[in-house]
Amino acid sequence: MRIVVAMRQLADLVEELEVDDSGTDIDREFVKFVANEFDESALEEALLIKEGVGADQVEVVAVALDEPDVDQTLYTALAKGADKAVKLAGVPEGWVSSHTRASAIAKWLESQQWDLVITGVQAADDLDGQVAGLLGRMLGVPHVAVVVSAVPEGNVVKVSQELGGGTVAEEEVAMPAVLGVQAARQSPRYAPITRIRQAMQAGGLSEETVEVSGDGGRPTVRRLYAPEKSGQAEMLTGSAADVADKIIELIRAKGLVKS
Amino acid sequence: MANDVLVVAERSGGQLTDITYELLGKAKELAGAAGGRAAVALIADSSGVDSLGAADVVYTVEGPGLEGYSPEAFEKALGAVVDAADPRLVLMGTSTLGLDLGGSLSVSWGAPLASYVIGLDTEGSDIVATSQLYGGKLLAEAVIDGPKAVCTVIGGSFPADAGRAGGSPEVVQVDAPAGLSELKARFSALREPDRSGVDITTADLLVSVGRGIGSQDNLELVEELAGALNAPLSASRPIIDQGWLPKPHQVGKSGQKVKPKVYLCFGISGAPEHLEGMRNADTIIACNTDENAPIFDVAHYGTTTDLFDLVPELVERLGS
Ligand SMILES: Cc1cc2nc3c(=O)[nH]c(=O)nc-3n(C[C@H](O)[C@H](O)[C@H](O)COP(=O)(O)OP(=O)(O)OC[C@H]3O[C@@H](n4cnc5c(N)ncnc54)[C@H](O)[C@@H]3O)c2cc1C
Ligand SMILES: Nc1ncnc2c1ncn2[C@@H]1O[C@H](COP(=O)(O)O)[C@@H](O)[C@H]1O
Repeated sequence: MRIVVAMRQLADLVEELEVDDSGTDIDREFVKFVANEFDESALEEALLIKEGVGADQVEVVAVALDEPDVDQTLYTALAKGADKAVKLAGVPEGWVSSHTRASAIAKWLESQQWDLVITGVQAADDLDGQVAGLLGRMLGVPHVAVVVSAVPEGNVVKVSQELGGGTVAEEEVAMPAVLGVQAARQSPRYAPITRIRQAMQAGGLSEETVEVSGDGGRPTVRRLYAPEKSGQAEMLTGSAADVADKIIELIRAKGLVKS
Repeated sequence: MANDVLVVAERSGGQLTDITYELLGKAKELAGAAGGRAAVALIADSSGVDSLGAADVVYTVEGPGLEGYSPEAFEKALGAVVDAADPRLVLMGTSTLGLDLGGSLSVSWGAPLASYVIGLDTEGSDIVATSQLYGGKLLAEAVIDGPKAVCTVIGGSFPADAGRAGGSPEVVQVDAPAGLSELKARFSALREPDRSGVDITTADLLVSVGRGIGSQDNLELVEELAGALNAPLSASRPIIDQGWLPKPHQVGKSGQKVKPKVYLCFGISGAPEHLEGMRNADTIIACNTDENAPIFDVAHYGTTTDLFDLVPELVERLGS
């Protein structure tokens, strides 16, 4: 069984994001790029499947478009237990649309044998939809989003999908299929730096060029901007002790603190 | 017809949910402006038409294979409705349904897609969608100028009242699509979350914690505060996914919707999926070291004091 894990880089949301001069994209120059957190869960689920089915029977291939700092993410995937990592060159720079991403991966998959594609349920800049649904449709195979568990059994994969409010639907999906993972059965494992260094030295990262087709599925962005501060929050200032005093006062005013 | 706006209805426990009426209200406004009709797609279950009086037409599709919920079956059924209705714009929620069906409809129907939409307007014959990106830190205003479009909308973006009206809209029964007899994905069961233990939905005061807490060991700190305030501890999704707290403690879209008198939160950024679960709390007090965190847009009181400095001060004042 061969599982392809589609991963990507994303601006670190903890950082301040500035809009560039065009006014339609973030300023990518000084931003830190990190792996999309949902893709890390996708990789974890793939590794759990590999461990569950048998390490010698499952091959896990991590694939990513060539984007800033993506080597780090792919080497980390290898260090965690992926068998192969592939970087797809030939993609445009900047804000790559979900339709372009999906079509690049679909194109590459034509040359591959695979049973499952697992990717993150979403990324924070998915303006034109999420890759799993787009890719599933492009490949003409079933796809499921918001997956929280995937366990193969023969030629089907038993999938748990979260609906609203924590309700989970169980589905049996014939492979090949595409899954968008929300959370893996366990939180993503940690790769020690030494293991990542080993992976880098072993050089298990291959590069292939893909043909990329247009951006047709994405509406034209004419403005990207920070939401106006509704100014709703009244900011409590001063030392930690001052702020603590004010918070207690607020809660007490609601009758929720006894003394 | 060419200027119609089609809403994909959603249900929970058999009942149509708020998002359906929120989208219908918007559909009525957009279709009205363009001389089109507001339409609703009822997939699998045709009940509830009498609550959809705000719609001009309701398309229903039923058939074997649509029992339970399976993205593949719903995708095919929605395709049949879209073929029959031939709308200008299809609206759905950015829910599991929208995450499943939005992208695939965009590809199969050949229409551009805007997701995480919180605002929708028309400009001449164009549709202008405002989407919330980067966890709510930035908004993108995008123009869709072709003859077709799909938008998935964040719940709570439009008032539901505008879409709630009794009546008897025209009902069009759409034939079940052929493919339903040879599905590759099969629904097998629904599992409800374990609701034993804590019930965060009835508390007057919640102490809530997010990824800013850093590690499981640090949870002790906020647990102590929750204890001193005699309040349950709730959390954002990452805390649950890492197994640091059980699922019934989760606030948000895929957790619990809460409406306490006071929601006191630490290290939560305020992603749209989290806000969906707590934005209606009477008073929200947020602690986050990032002054640009979206949580401050919904909070009534905020502080950028480090939670590791603030929480011990709070505990000290309350005694234990
Ligand atoms: C389909 C779907 C459903 C989802 N459902 C939910 C849901 O039900 N509930 C939910 O919560 N999320 C849900 N999410 C996830 C959501 O998108 C966010 O990833 C999540 O809410 C982020 O949690 P957080 O705010 O704790 O973490 P982060 O976004 O990482 O924020 C951590 C914050 O802590 C602050 N911080 C760091 N250190 C400190 C410090 N020392 N003191 C004070 N502040 C500090 C940082 O500035 C940052 O803003 C869902 C996602 C999807 C795709
Ligand atoms: N007939 C339906 N129409 C639309 N959405 C549905 C329907 N049945 C199930 N769903 C989806 O499945 C979720 C759970 O529905 P339920 O199984 O009724 O709790 C809903 O929130 C919808 O996303």
